[in-house]
Amino acid sequence: MISATEIDIQTGGEFARPNYLSEHSVRSWLLTTDHKRIGILYLFTILFFFAIASVAAALMRIELLYPTGGLMTSETYNKLFTIHGTLMVWFFLIPSIPAVLGNFVLPMMLGARDVAFPKLNLTSWYLFVLGGAFATWSLIRGGVDTGWTFYTPYSTTYANSHVISMAAGVFVAGFATIITGINFIVTTHKMRAPGLTWFRLPLFVWSLYATSLMMVLATPVLAMTLGLISLERIWGVGIFDPNLGGDPILFQHMFWFYSHPAVYIMILPGMGVVSELIACFSRKRVYGYGWVACASMAIAILGFLVWGHHMFVSSQSVYAGMIFSALSFLVAVPSGVKVFNWTATLRKGSIHFATPMLYALGFIGLFVIGGLTGLFLATLSVDVHVHDTYFIIAHFHYIMVGGMVTGFMGGLHYWWPKITGRLYPELWGKLAALATFLGFNLTFFPLFVLGYLGQPRRYHVYPPEFQVFHVLSTAGASILGVGYVMPLIYFIWSAKHGRVAGPNPWRATGLEWQTSSPPPTHNFKVTPVVTSDPYNYSPEKDADLDLASI
Amino acid sequence: MDQFHLFPPQASSTAYGVDTLFFVLTLISLFFIAVVFLPILFFCIKYRRGSSADRSNPSNGSNAVEVGWTTLPMLMGLALFSWGAVDYFRLERRPGNAIDVEVVGKQWMWKVQHAEGKREINELHVPINRTVALTMISQDVIHSFFVPAFRVKQDVVPGKYTSEWFKPTRTGEYHIFCSQYCGTQHARMIGRVVVMQPQAYENWLKTGEQTESIVRAGERLFHDRGCSGCHAVNSQFHAPLLQGLYRNPVPLANGTVVTADDQYLRDSILQPAKQITAGYDNIMPSFSGHLSEQEIMQLIAYVKAIGQQEPPPR
Repeated sequence: MISATEIDIQTGGEFARPNYLSEHSVRSWLLTTDHKRIGILYLFTILFFFAIASVAAALMRIELLYPTGGLMTSETYNKLFTIHGTLMVWFFLIPSIPAVLGNFVLPMMLGARDVAFPKLNLTSWYLFVLGGAFATWSLIRGGVDTGWTFYTPYSTTYANSHVISMAAGVFVAGFATIITGINFIVTTHKMRAPGLTWFRLPLFVWSLYATSLMMVLATPVLAMTLGLISLERIWGVGIFDPNLGGDPILFQHMFWFYSHPAVYIMILPGMGVVSELIACFSRKRVYGYGWVACASMAIAILGFLVWGHHMFVSSQSVYAGMIFSALSFLVAVPSGVKVFNWTATLRKGSIHFATPMLYALGFIGLFVIGGLTGLFLATLSVDVHVHDTYFIIAHFHYIMVGGMVTGFMGGLHYWWPKITGRLYPELWGKLAALATFLGFNLTFFPLFVLGYLGQPRRYHVYPPEFQVFHVLSTAGASILGVGYVMPLIYFIWSAKHGRVAGPNPWRATGLEWQTSSPPPTHNFKVTPVVTSDPYNYSPEKDADLDLASI
Repeated sequence: MDQFHLFPPQASSTAYGVDTLFFVLTLISLFFIAVVFLPILFFCIKYRRGSSADRSNPSNGSNAVEVGWTTLPMLMGLALFSWGAVDYFRLERRPGNAIDVEVVGKQWMWKVQHAEGKREINELHVPINRTVALTMISQDVIHSFFVPAFRVKQDVVPGKYTSEWFKPTRTGEYHIFCSQYCGTQHARMIGRVVVMQPQAYENWLKTGEQTESIVRAGERLFHDRGCSGCHAVNSQFHAPLLQGLYRNPVPLANGTVVTADDQYLRDSILQPAKQITAGYDNIMPSFSGHLSEQEIMQLIAYVKAIGQQEPPPR
């Protein structure tokens, strides 16, 4: 047992200097090749886009309070859901955990001084900003109304909005993703500390590795698809236009060949974070470590084989539909394996309900509901009814917001003391975690019912009998909004005024905790040597451990 | 139609099956939720920090357990997949002996024409307990014809016929929604299906302006647009005859054989050079841009009708 005085000694006083934050000039930030600083640059950039996309969502939810709308025209509403989807997917969710938390902790978890290609890493951020600038430009000029899915021939022939600049933005940001992916793959292969074998890697590293493979293999297909859309809009080449002998359904195959793996790019990193949190806050090695690691790889591979389940009513072949349905049930299995293993990890642990753990438990709850409703969509005859309704809206928000954003928030709280050297206020943290959980469920659960009733997605106006579900959802969204604004405030406050955290406030075992907080520029004074498996916790010894810092 | 429900009305022969599977899925979901959430709750209480629970010899995993919880969901998934696939297969096969209705989707309305010639916009009148099969095409972007009360949905695609069928089992009015985003007024591309008693349906067909049947309209077009100049039995020109054509194999100049289905007939009118019948020259002009989607459907209906006739000797 560790006495309270020992913890006080550890967490008291000022933090180590110089550290990676010591330089303050703008130049030192814009020309940095430090993975930690690049992670923070990414954090600010994605928060900017998250804010815009959230405002779009809020406006939509307010508009949907009444069946006939009233605040805005249908054109505006259509542009809002396009902004919301495009920015959330490509400019927030995809970079969220990998480019922010991954960039920050991956090299430290490996015991490395930086990623393999630090200059490319900075290039990735600049490309991301450039892509974001194109997207913002498209919004300033009047926006896009195709939906984030850019379905042809609407996007190629019929839409009168700024499709090309938005496509260009996503295209360029895609290269940022590819570069991050390459960097993570090479870093994981080549820069592991002595003794850090593959099966001693933290599960977050495994999940980032699997994610990176998908980023590198899938994103080029998105680039080609967006390129073809632009060519068709500018020169009418006729790949997708049936009047010129093209096939609009071909677009859907290409788009989902990228976008289904992208769904896993948007959840695997969250699963990785949750594995870290569950282990640390139940003071226990993750149950079935090898199976959880392999499940990440299985998801990465199978994720490429299920794109056609977005197209069961598109007029794709009946037999193709059957194969895609069967494979979709298969891809659910490794996700289930992860959930079962997290649950088993809790057994005989010593469970601390710190804020990150609340987010981790929230993640499991919401992800399980999101995953199970995915089975409804994989079932062919049921999907025919619920496809393109609010049921699917509810399903993927449970995965992407309930899963990925909850994982991101959990990870951000967990590594915040490492990033800033200071602790966030624990009570406020818990309240925010609770508010997001309750608000989220109230926002999205009614949408399952609404979807089964038949309310189609992307409807600016709707039949009056659906109103009550929209009102519930909007009420939930306001609570959810509070749950997101609270951390924004207390994180900013704590970066200056929070209690000094010390190197390892959570008494966690990962290598990132074995250096000072905030870490020095090159992470470690001496390259660490790994001699044991990850998550070397002992629940019995830690049964009475008091993480006094929280 | 506008009443508050927690569950959509079951108004077709398909609805019951879809809902049954939906409830089974819900039960299985509840089972998994219980399997995950109850232990989490239990462990969180029992092994909370500071509790005196026994934490000795914690297990780090067991391959037998892992194989178990990998295999069991996989088998369950296989069963669910098969069930859904069988129903889907039935739903995707257009039954014979149906009332044929032609639907053209365009930004932002549904244009419907019954075989008898009666036309409607954003409405579809059908008799109860009869199978109705829609042949659908879009004149611009992709739409989707969705009737929640029937649990059927099918995308309506430009340049390609798709079909959807249902057998209404309850009279009443039900929503038609366009469920594939199709532009500014997507949310207003809605309508209603009116399911009527057979007698009422017969009476409805006779009301209003009397129009010629689809086949008659096609026959008129066949002559007016000059098709008959080459394709009629007594024509001077060397063009394939259309009697006995529909649903039969057609040998092509390139050596392959295709079946003369709706899509083939449509392509032959709009892109005649795409598939040249063996023994004929590529001399037919394209009618692309000269015929509306509805006119093309009428022509095809006529070719279908004469397709049942014996090919005359030539």
